[in-house]
Amino acid sequence: MIERALLSEFQKIVGRENVFHEETDLLSYSYDAAVLDQVLPALAMRPVSGEALGQAIRLCNENGLPLTVRGAGTNLSGGTIPNEGGVVILTTALNRIIEINEGDLFAIVEPGVVTAKFAAAVESKGLFYPPDPGSQAVSTLGGNVAENAGGLRGLRYGVTRDYVMGLEFFDPDGELVKAGARTVKCVTGYNLGGLLVGSEGTLGVFNRIILKLIPMPAAKKAMMAVFDDVLKASETVSSIIANRIVPVTLEFMDNFTIRAVEDFSHVGLPTDAAALLLIEVDGHPVQVADDAARVEELCRRMGAMEVRVAETAQERDKVWEARRAALSALSRVRPTTVLEDATVPRSKIPEMIESIEAIARKFDLKIGTFGHAGDGNLHPTILTDRRDAQEWSRVEHAIDAIFEKALELGGTLSGEHGIGIAKSRFMEKETGRGTIAYSRRIKAALDPKNILNPGKIIGG
Amino acid sequence: MYDLKELAKLVRQLENQLITCMRCGMCQAVCPVFAETGRESDVARGKLALLDALIKELFKQPDGVSDRLNHCLLCGSCGANCPSGVKVLDIFIKARAILAGYMGLSPAKRLIFRGVLSHPRSFDRLMEWGASFQGAFIKPADRLLGTSCGRFSFPLANRHFKALASVPFHNLADALDTTGKSGVKVGFFTGCVIDKIFPNIGLSVVRSLKHHEIGIFLPQNQGCCGIPALSSGDTTAFSRLVRHNLEIFSAQKLDYLVTSCATCTSTIKKLWTLMASDFSESEQSQIRTIADKTVDISQFLVDVAGAKQVSASQGNEAQTISYHDPCHLKKSLGISEQPRKLISANPAYRLKEMAEADRCCGCGGSFNLQHYEISSSIGKRKRDNIVATDCTTVATGCPACMLQISDMLSQEGDRIEVKHVIEIYADSLED
Repeated sequence: MIERALLSEFQKIVGRENVFHEETDLLSYSYDAAVLDQVLPALAMRPVSGEALGQAIRLCNENGLPLTVRGAGTNLSGGTIPNEGGVVILTTALNRIIEINEGDLFAIVEPGVVTAKFAAAVESKGLFYPPDPGSQAVSTLGGNVAENAGGLRGLRYGVTRDYVMGLEFFDPDGELVKAGARTVKCVTGYNLGGLLVGSEGTLGVFNRIILKLIPMPAAKKAMMAVFDDVLKASETVSSIIANRIVPVTLEFMDNFTIRAVEDFSHVGLPTDAAALLLIEVDGHPVQVADDAARVEELCRRMGAMEVRVAETAQERDKVWEARRAALSALSRVRPTTVLEDATVPRSKIPEMIESIEAIARKFDLKIGTFGHAGDGNLHPTILTDRRDAQEWSRVEHAIDAIFEKALELGGTLSGEHGIGIAKSRFMEKETGRGTIAYSRRIKAALDPKNILNPGKIIGG
Repeated sequence: MYDLKELAKLVRQLENQLITCMRCGMCQAVCPVFAETGRESDVARGKLALLDALIKELFKQPDGVSDRLNHCLLCGSCGANCPSGVKVLDIFIKARAILAGYMGLSPAKRLIFRGVLSHPRSFDRLMEWGASFQGAFIKPADRLLGTSCGRFSFPLANRHFKALASVPFHNLADALDTTGKSGVKVGFFTGCVIDKIFPNIGLSVVRSLKHHEIGIFLPQNQGCCGIPALSSGDTTAFSRLVRHNLEIFSAQKLDYLVTSCATCTSTIKKLWTLMASDFSESEQSQIRTIADKTVDISQFLVDVAGAKQVSASQGNEAQTISYHDPCHLKKSLGISEQPRKLISANPAYRLKEMAEADRCCGCGGSFNLQHYEISSSIGKRKRDNIVATDCTTVATGCPACMLQISDMLSQEGDRIEVKHVIEIYADSLED
């Protein structure tokens, strides 16, 4: 419980109508999209100005209240699950696109701007903001930066980190800190932006974000390659890259996922195929035509049973409809859906896929695997029922086994979903004790009262 | 004090449906109420989490859950956009019934639903009195739109509402039981709003059916479809109304039951069946039969009766018309092409699509009465999208949407007529 006097101070700062403390509100800010236990905060608030945001943070710090910033709450690793008795700060009212600068190719936004809305606003000016996380229709840019979100275009265009030119954020005292600039080059001071990107709300709270924009590619072409063998499909991925072609997207789908998608959306997928690759190239029209022809030829040479090249926009939509339906289709198979994102160097993808299949057999679980094969970021998706304690324990063991395997192959715990609380106990295994200690010293120095999203990433 | 264990047990019957929500939060992209408030407990994911928390007995007071559940338009945008196919509306309707059954209905709702609405004859009589006396309280606001507002200050007086028709449809049109050359016979389920506020829609339906030589069964003393009662959780009044209507229509040999109210169509097809387990086995089979036969008027005329599209008049003769997709047609029943085809059957109009044609108008039945500020803020966005088309008429397929859109346009003094697609179609027919 928050004392009355403190409550009214918060109300004074952000406005009475923007402070929520009813039981129903607290409950509805107790979870995110991760399959984890919910934790109730004591208070939630929705500042409508940067000034109010800074003051609210300061007040939390003065009173030692842990605070968790929340955008759309789509986090898959529990990063937006608050601490008991803590404060949830909503960014949804800080949702202005302040500037889209067509001459200097950058944009300045507040943290609560919805990713897809921003991408559309940028596109209407003929420019391009490539990061496209799966939740982009609702996710916020602040959340994307805090998680260093990826997406389908990571292979060619990189991830959110590659588009953050500058940041303005509050430290726990509510002091404004500026990092980076509106220029392509900037070596002024520490690279604080680099530290804050992907810090999951543990080191500062964003007030404004400067994002890099690029010109919209003039043309694109999509195709679907069908394989009777997973190994052939994954070798094709390596072969495309080895031939110096970098598609914008290079997505993989295993047989389990193909069947689930076809059952659900009847888009005409070959349900007997062992694997599908969904590939899109973009760029100058001449280069796109050339790349597409080479990719098609490569797929055939590597043993694809069939390659369907989308000749019209409609056919292209159909290719991506199948990919977009993957998670929906899988999630309908069983009540609980656990979406993992262990990532390996892309040359290790065949081995990783094989291991996931073995893990599914060993723990007697349904696992559908799809994902961004081009950048090694697969999404083994475990379909289960959390209410079944016995099965759930097997799920937990399977997740551990997937992590172990990814690390063994020189990979990483998370490609794009973040560590949060779901994976923090594995951190030391991947990065070593020294790294955890170093990270904890940074955290302790920048946030001495440990109020900024405590417990995330580095535990403690 | 409530026995929360008992309530948890009741809500647990929804558990298998609740568990399918994976908390992905994609409903935030489409919920009109959430777009206004930004509050998680206003979006489907939040409400489903609250119900889940009731099962887990995480609440001290269930009142708050009931309040949040009622803070919803029941537009179904979330369910239509849900990646994991959660049957959100089914859950919400059942949860409202459980909570209302458990916590009791407010005395006012009890009186309205059980004392008035579920007795169609008394309801008709009361509304007819209302129609003769309303002039003492209201005055015209906009003659083109036919809206009124209060003569003096009373609750709701600032709205621009459509007054009760001086003569309701059931008194304008005789009871019918005809056969037509087409060999097809339909029952016409009028619905309260058309009967009492928009009788011309009813007349247009009859005229169109006659034009296509369809046999019509139009009984007097029809009841409400039950949605106002059910959405407030009153299953007693709802069941009474369903039985009343079953008695009237089930005895007839009909090929279809047509309605020109999207909400009635959706209620009969989706909610009568959803709540069927409250009925006897023979009633359940009647409900299934009726639900299967129920069709929206535009769907019937285009798909069955063969209404034909024509090209719009050339030059400046054709007026610009835009179309709003009612949630209960598009999101609930997947009907969006047929109403547009029906409009295109009238050469006097040229259809111009508005932005976000299928975004909810914000009416939501009693939501509009209880949360007018949010409702009209959602409606304002619809109004802006309509006005941006430069149309002279906006058509839709649901009289409830017509009420809301008329209010929004009238408040802004827009010179745009609001019509039902069947009125547009009937206007093109030669007698």
